[in-house]
Amino acid sequence: MSEPAAVQREPSGEVLLELTDVVKHFPIRSGSLLRRDAGSVKAVDGVSLTVRSGETLGLVGETGCGKSTLARCITRLYDLTAGKVVFEGQDITKLSARAMRPVRSKVQMIFQDPYGSLNPRRRVGSIIGDPFAIHRIASGDDRKRRVQELMEMVGLNPEHYNRFPAEFSGGQRQRIGVARALALRPKLIVCDEPVSALDVSIQAQVINLLADLQSELGLTYIFIAHDLSVVRHVSDRVAVMYLGKVVELSPSERLYHHPRHPYTNALLSAVPVPDPDLSDSRERLILAGDVPSPTNPPTGCRFHPRCPKARPNCVEDDPSLTARLDDEPSHQTACHYPVVDGEDLTAARPQLPSSQRAEDLVATRSTEGSETS
Amino acid sequence: MTQPLETELLAEGDLDAELPPTSGAAAIEGRSPYKLAWLRIRRDRVAMASAIVIILIALLAILAPVIAHLTGHGVDQEFHRIGENLDGSPKGPGHIFLWGTDDQGRDLLVRCAYGARVSLEAGLIATAIAVFIGTTVGLAAGYLGKIVDTLLSRTIDLVLALPYLLFAIALVAVVGPSLRIAIAVIAFFSWASVGRIIRGQVLSLREREFVEAARSLGASSTRIMFVDVLPNVLAQVVVLSSLLIPSAIVFEATLSYLGLGVPPPTPSWGNIIAGAQTYTEAWWFLVFPGVLLLMTTLAFNLLGDAIRDAFDPRGDQNFARAKKG
Repeated sequence: MSEPAAVQREPSGEVLLELTDVVKHFPIRSGSLLRRDAGSVKAVDGVSLTVRSGETLGLVGETGCGKSTLARCITRLYDLTAGKVVFEGQDITKLSARAMRPVRSKVQMIFQDPYGSLNPRRRVGSIIGDPFAIHRIASGDDRKRRVQELMEMVGLNPEHYNRFPAEFSGGQRQRIGVARALALRPKLIVCDEPVSALDVSIQAQVINLLADLQSELGLTYIFIAHDLSVVRHVSDRVAVMYLGKVVELSPSERLYHHPRHPYTNALLSAVPVPDPDLSDSRERLILAGDVPSPTNPPTGCRFHPRCPKARPNCVEDDPSLTARLDDEPSHQTACHYPVVDGEDLTAARPQLPSSQRAEDLVATRSTEGSETS
Repeated sequence: MTQPLETELLAEGDLDAELPPTSGAAAIEGRSPYKLAWLRIRRDRVAMASAIVIILIALLAILAPVIAHLTGHGVDQEFHRIGENLDGSPKGPGHIFLWGTDDQGRDLLVRCAYGARVSLEAGLIATAIAVFIGTTVGLAAGYLGKIVDTLLSRTIDLVLALPYLLFAIALVAVVGPSLRIAIAVIAFFSWASVGRIIRGQVLSLREREFVEAARSLGASSTRIMFVDVLPNVLAQVVVLSSLLIPSAIVFEATLSYLGLGVPPPTPSWGNIIAGAQTYTEAWWFLVFPGVLLLMTTLAFNLLGDAIRDAFDPRGDQNFARAKKG
């Protein structure tokens, strides 16, 4: 709290986190006695991102697109299949559990489920005090004082120190999770859908709390959500993920006004509009089919079976994530045929051999419906 | 249906109710699962009756020397003149020997009281050892997984597959019978089932987000197992223990009955019953230790069931219904 409000909201801060071609595949094993690999779920398949100090990077995408897996790769809860995670210039990809400990105090995580992420059998004081105990920073009265400071900072009554998580509401529990994440004064906090389990009225409170803490403590956030309006509100930059890949990366406002990737357009058209007249007059872009199975993703551009603008070369070439049209380098899109401002996608029709399209793929898809989020 | 419950809660919150209304929130008392379970058990008549039986039998065991002193009959003292009929058979209950005598002319009441000590000691110690080993193994197998899980789980399978009586007979033949050996055998054959149940619980707990949260804080596996996971299986452990005690007592009686447990002349319910076999006309010789054994195991089993029900989160409905009726 004592830090001056030296907020660097502009992305000119130094690079804090750098992801290079992060890949995480979960092997599927069949048979109980003789294990054999039966393919793998390609949850994250080559993601490169940089996060600068003081900014908030939003990560959006449908359920199962690999957002949460990516978050767990960043915090090293999962070991990477390939690629590199560099934090503060240090490669943490292969660090042992012991060597990771100092890094863990700088990278913290806030979890989605405020009911599951707090141990139901432990008191709030000991849950928030856990980081101090694990890193042997403070004990006894000192720990209690610090925990109560944290509780006050996140808007909890410090007198509730001895209560169990079950005695708090969802929003209060999420504040407990925030307090725990803040305990070690981290630099980077990965928020894995921190508000999606909360009531809309409570969502705003928690988001504002996170924003206040960011300006007070100079935090950097990676903010995962599937609610675009929430991400727009909090993020400086937004990365849109589809089937384990980033398809568009852009400064937040730019993304909302000039979405380039057809998938981003589809997502944005799904955001509810509060004005019913406007809502009626607006035409929604509805994608054909479901998200393909991450066990066996489509070739080329992964979006091609559902894309209204797909062309034959989308099936073969995987487009790279670069600036398209006359965009600035900060706005990158992985699409061969980016959407021009004002283009009407609802009228677009894919020019593909029919066997490549989603409607037909749905019928031929087998039972492999494994989802990871 | 919930009406009586609420009034009950209010009645208990009387102290808080006297405070000014601003502290209204304080009247809603936070209850840990243990507190709730305790409240439910206290209202369960069968459980309370079982508890009283267990306390009485514990008193019998604790007061065994006092009983011996009051009757003036030592535990191994043989009264060939006054304690036996002319043909050497046991004497029935009377004013000198309240529960009669056994085939050696010893006071059956005193021997049953001392036998209670052996039974409870064997039951409690063997259960404690079995639960400790079982819980540790279950935690390690469930949380650490992989090769550790494979090794420990196969060991559990192996132990469960062993024929315990054969094993006990072989062991006693080598080292000779004693209470310690009996306890060791009971513990050895009881931990595996505990281990398997705890492992299953831990397997589901380790996927919970709070375990992930602890890992992201940098907690070690040992810390997560004992600080985060263990408290969540403790209720399970309590229930398992309360059901393991009676089976351990029966196990000990079985071993002693077969001459594999406590060596004579030390009394145990098992070896008293074994001695009674040859005297079918002396009913007291069989009935007193038999009823004691039956009551003890029944009481422990009923109490164990009650504890399990009390920890069941869905138990509230039954609880409310029972109160209404």
